[in-house]
Amino acid sequence: MSTAGIDIGSITAKAAIFDNGKIIATKVIFTGYNAELAGQRVYDEVLSEAGLGKTAIDKIVSTGYGRNSVKFADKSFTEIMAHAAGAHFLNPRIRSIIDIGGQDSKAILLTDKGKVKNFVMNDKCAAGTGRFLEVMARALEVNLDEFGAISQKSKSPSKISSLCTVFAESEVISLIARGEKRQDIIAGIHESIASRVSSMLARIGVLKPAMITGGVALNSGVVRALSKKLGMEIEVSSYAQVNGAIGAAILAASL
Amino acid sequence: MKKQISEILKIIVIFLFGKFKKFTLRFKKSKSMKDIMMVYYSEAKSARLTGKKVAWITSGGPVEPLIAMDVIPIYPENHGAMIGASKMGAGLCETAENMGYSSDLCSYARSDIACATVNGGPIGGLPKPDMLVCCNNICGTVLKWYEIQARYFNVPLFVLDTPFCHTGYSDEVARYVRSQINEYISFIEKACGRKFDYDRVKKVGHLSFQGQQLWQAVLDTAANKPAPMSAFDAFYHLALIVTLRGTPEVIDYYTALLAKMKDRIARGIGAVPNEKYRLLWDNIPIWHRTRWLSDKFASHNACLVADTYTTAWCGSMKYIDESNFINSMAEAYTRIYLNIGVDEMAKMVINMIDKYDVDGFVLHSNRSCKPYSFGQMDIQRIVEKERGIPCLMLEADMVDERTFSESQISTRIDAFMEIIKERKKHSPANETVS
Repeated sequence: MSTAGIDIGSITAKAAIFDNGKIIATKVIFTGYNAELAGQRVYDEVLSEAGLGKTAIDKIVSTGYGRNSVKFADKSFTEIMAHAAGAHFLNPRIRSIIDIGGQDSKAILLTDKGKVKNFVMNDKCAAGTGRFLEVMARALEVNLDEFGAISQKSKSPSKISSLCTVFAESEVISLIARGEKRQDIIAGIHESIASRVSSMLARIGVLKPAMITGGVALNSGVVRALSKKLGMEIEVSSYAQVNGAIGAAILAASL
Repeated sequence: MKKQISEILKIIVIFLFGKFKKFTLRFKKSKSMKDIMMVYYSEAKSARLTGKKVAWITSGGPVEPLIAMDVIPIYPENHGAMIGASKMGAGLCETAENMGYSSDLCSYARSDIACATVNGGPIGGLPKPDMLVCCNNICGTVLKWYEIQARYFNVPLFVLDTPFCHTGYSDEVARYVRSQINEYISFIEKACGRKFDYDRVKKVGHLSFQGQQLWQAVLDTAANKPAPMSAFDAFYHLALIVTLRGTPEVIDYYTALLAKMKDRIARGIGAVPNEKYRLLWDNIPIWHRTRWLSDKFASHNACLVADTYTTAWCGSMKYIDESNFINSMAEAYTRIYLNIGVDEMAKMVINMIDKYDVDGFVLHSNRSCKPYSFGQMDIQRIVEKERGIPCLMLEADMVDERTFSESQISTRIDAFMEIIKERKKHSPANETVS
């Protein structure tokens, strides 16, 4: 049986094909302004990556904030369920998931059977999300992909106290003007995300082991800061960015 | 001069409309909420013509002495709810912000303060007050809010200070509040220019108590499965116990409503057609989104069967002694839901969870209402620990639409319902059935 999962996020659209217990193809594209179109495109592209035709797919599940724009899906689930299914598939022992996406971050607790026990999402604010990092990368004129490596060199991370993305950006600009080292500023940004996200997780209680998913999991600096803040190891999902799409494909298999 | 004449003409028109409406209502078998509220507001708006006094009063304020003296009570908070429901909140809040008020200030206060200056809103502003009565049992914001309005309208203000009751009700508090009731009565006597009517207040107190009993009975019907009414219905029907308690209209209306609900129960009609999941709501409604939220939950076959908000107008009934209304009202008004400790609140919430047999608890973290939202995280934890049901926190505001983010709220509700459905699927009760 072959199934597909499609995860329409605010910045990227992801798709995954699941075939008899295996992930055989994944794809990430930019969502752009038309979520419906992005859903079709990412599906077409993942199919050609897998070398399959549309008829080969038995069930499709959509997820993500644009889940209802995927008209050809058989069913939709929230990204909470999808990330839980994806993380549980990759490591059945996982009990906490930290998902940091483009415009929201969330913490999910799982039961020992991998079902969602509780969850909490960030409030209406981009601080502590991928968008926050993008804004900071622009202010610092650094490619976002290099954030992890650069921050590793920092010995004393700068203090970013503002809770708001817009104000934090001006704070960063004033740190640049003051001549603070780029690596320290970036490390400070990662710490500010870590403190926001970990307090969210603390609200529902941390269970071990924990996994981080979502595009921001690719930033090793955030992962380091977060595991330091929580005082525990955090496993990075081997499919960080497409974890939700994989979860959706897995959910489709049980429809 | 011209302006004055047109103002008087307007009042005469409103007065005649109210009289006509009241007359036609006599022949109607069941009076609708809309009809009753129309008569109420037109009588208040034409009070200058009939020589009646108008008092603005906070929603948890002791209104019975005013009614006993024929003073028409007006509730800026009820008006705030109307503004929210008409989606006029953001515009009025902006007006208040332009006047210099902080966007962190309660949106009822912001929209009321703004409305007084522009006579806007769904009913063209409230009738001007002759006096203001502010009871701080619901929050501290009302104190400054009423002081501002007292200055603006240049009318006397009475403040009833009800100390916070963390646990019990001490003798000191009892004496302190009771002594203020005497001051309150003197204040009304002075404003009305005549002696207080102690006989009449007994009758009003009796009606008020009876009204609260009926309102509780109406809310109790939702314990039935399926619930004949939802919290969204309660949000609507609530208006009378807030604005007209102590009058016979309330008794008639809720008696008819109770009969209607009992009839629905007998015929097995639920507020949500396929009620499968039952939820409890906490905090003031998101007035500008009640329809959307109601549809959203109904699409999951979920019914909000009860709420802590509408219960607040009958929640401290146990402290009322009908034979000694004036004395006992001091305690009843002091020990309302928002003026007690978090542990006490959690106890009430847990009682409701058991009484209405709910599967989940939805908490509206209301940006405007600090006293209502402040202890929610603790209450949520207590509920999770004591009853183990899923809880959902939604961040929004009762009136200011600008704080509402539809897709975020939508995802949270969907995920919350996914958890509840999953749990119910695996609950022992269901497994034995299937």
